[in-house]
Amino acid sequence: MDSSIQRSATSDRAPIRPAPRPSALARVLRNPLSLAGLLLIVGLIILALVAPLIAPYDPIRSDLMVSLAPPSRAHPFGTDQLGRDILSRILHGTRISLRIAILTALIATLIGAPLGVITGYFRGRVDDLLMRVTDMFMAFPRLILAMAIAAALRPTLENVIIAISLAAWPAYARLARSVTLGLREENYVEAARAIGAGSGRLLARHIFPGVLSPLTIQVSLDMGGIILTAAGLGFIGFGAQPPTPEWGVMISEGRNYITQQWWVSTFPGIAISLFVLGFNMLGDGIRDAMDPRLRSRGR
Amino acid sequence: MWAYLVRRLFLAGIAIFGVLVIVFVLSHVIPGDPVVAILGGQAREDVIEEVRRRWGLDRPLYEQFFRFVGRLLRGDLGVSLATNRPVAVDLRAFFPATIELATTAIVIGAGTGLAVGIVSAVAHGKWVDHLVRFLSLIGLSMPVFWLGLVLLLLLYARLGWLPGPGQLDIFVSRPPPVTGLLSVDALLARDFTALANALSHLVLPAIVLGSHALVGIARITRASMLEVLGQDYVKVARAKGLAERTVILRHALKNALLPIITVIGIYYGGLLEGAVLTETVFAWPGLGRYATSAMLSQDFAAIMGVTLLIALIFSLANLIVDLAYGLLNPKIRYE
Repeated sequence: MDSSIQRSATSDRAPIRPAPRPSALARVLRNPLSLAGLLLIVGLIILALVAPLIAPYDPIRSDLMVSLAPPSRAHPFGTDQLGRDILSRILHGTRISLRIAILTALIATLIGAPLGVITGYFRGRVDDLLMRVTDMFMAFPRLILAMAIAAALRPTLENVIIAISLAAWPAYARLARSVTLGLREENYVEAARAIGAGSGRLLARHIFPGVLSPLTIQVSLDMGGIILTAAGLGFIGFGAQPPTPEWGVMISEGRNYITQQWWVSTFPGIAISLFVLGFNMLGDGIRDAMDPRLRSRGR
Repeated sequence: MWAYLVRRLFLAGIAIFGVLVIVFVLSHVIPGDPVVAILGGQAREDVIEEVRRRWGLDRPLYEQFFRFVGRLLRGDLGVSLATNRPVAVDLRAFFPATIELATTAIVIGAGTGLAVGIVSAVAHGKWVDHLVRFLSLIGLSMPVFWLGLVLLLLLYARLGWLPGPGQLDIFVSRPPPVTGLLSVDALLARDFTALANALSHLVLPAIVLGSHALVGIARITRASMLEVLGQDYVKVARAKGLAERTVILRHALKNALLPIITVIGIYYGGLLEGAVLTETVFAWPGLGRYATSAMLSQDFAAIMGVTLLIALIFSLANLIVDLAYGLLNPKIRYE
């Protein structure tokens, strides 16, 4: 007893957790599906970084002389109604989608996680209040809530990020809360409390780190959904506005030409699908690695 | 059970009230002025003032909200600024198209999803299973609105197998409205030309809308079946010498069904979300399109009305899922 308290007191830096299976990450990477997903994402991130260097044309400037040109050597994915090179627009669009996905995930967890951890730790009336508030947000389909928020704030790229974050945080708050509820009963937290650690210290050093990994997993599972929601908002006019080379906007702009100039809408859609597929494959692999029931099934 | 139901209804009521507050506040902080938007920039100052007073838009926000709730309790949803019709009339007009689309979508999605899930669970680890898993990942990754466009391009524009957007071809006259569901009305009127035309228009948007549900249902079916197929009673059933078909459908599927039904219910409520995008692509006159245009044109009354209806449907679907879960699984007791 004495030694265990001693241990948790001295091991502030590395709180005793159920021994992390060293193979968790390895299992994810050994799974060909999630490895392929990870490579796809990394590839797209690299494309996003070097887009301005490798894009053959300006993504915004129009050239009406070549409007709606079919795919050719000069324009591998063709051009749109304003003669803009679709490949260049897609490459630049990678940056936009990546930015939306990262910022949304960040903002939603920055709102949700602290609220969930604090209310889950202190319980009581604030906790009830948070649950009712999340009920309200979750009594509503996420896309439609994001539409309402984006419309109210004026449809811009930044507001899409805010809108999706505001629609997404309740799920993270709930997850953080439920993990916290479990953690606060753990022996190592009890022990830290027993030797006089204050609530602030307990939360910051012992509870929050434990909440982080399930949250990270959940966020990585949601990433594909975030990108799809943002593209959907762009498509129906609640998101980024023309001439921004956002993929959803590009599909929407190509809608009127779909029967003849199929390339205008088709290529941006393939880009979205690939990006989301990367996250979905990675997510599937993570789920396989995390789910002990799937792991032990020896059929 | 009843206590649980009352509690849930009470909480759902609070949540929906909260949704109304959120959306009300949101739609009233819109920077643009809806009156100017409706009347046009050239309207005279005094006309704008008059219209604003008539709609009560000159009052403080909380007062507008309580007036809104007061009218709501009397069943008055207000008048849409854009269509100039009572919102309740609008909703009644747009609602059936969405229900028809969503129901067809869930029937297609659940039917196909169940079959695919069972097949890939039975063929666990074989190439069929891997193929299904890969295809379902691709299916989940495609934006529904893009899938709709691509299928329109292929099946309508190129191959001509299916009709284009809309609910009916223009040369087909609408059957007299009874239920509002076009295909049901056509059937009731024994107008088989209209019925065939309506169904052929319905197929593609329903497949597109149901695609994500199909994949989700297939995946949960596979997982749930795999779990059940490893149980002792399935081994016993096999050992008794029962036909594999009987073992799978009678012994395994029946026990695997619980989580599947839950997921089907959740997806049905979630179809409203996909409907917004699918209805835009297929020019489908449903709630999703109504919500989109209301929000884009800052049509207060319409936004509030459609919000309320969607929140009601969504909460109701969730409640039914939870109750069904309890009814199907006697191990669960509601307190």
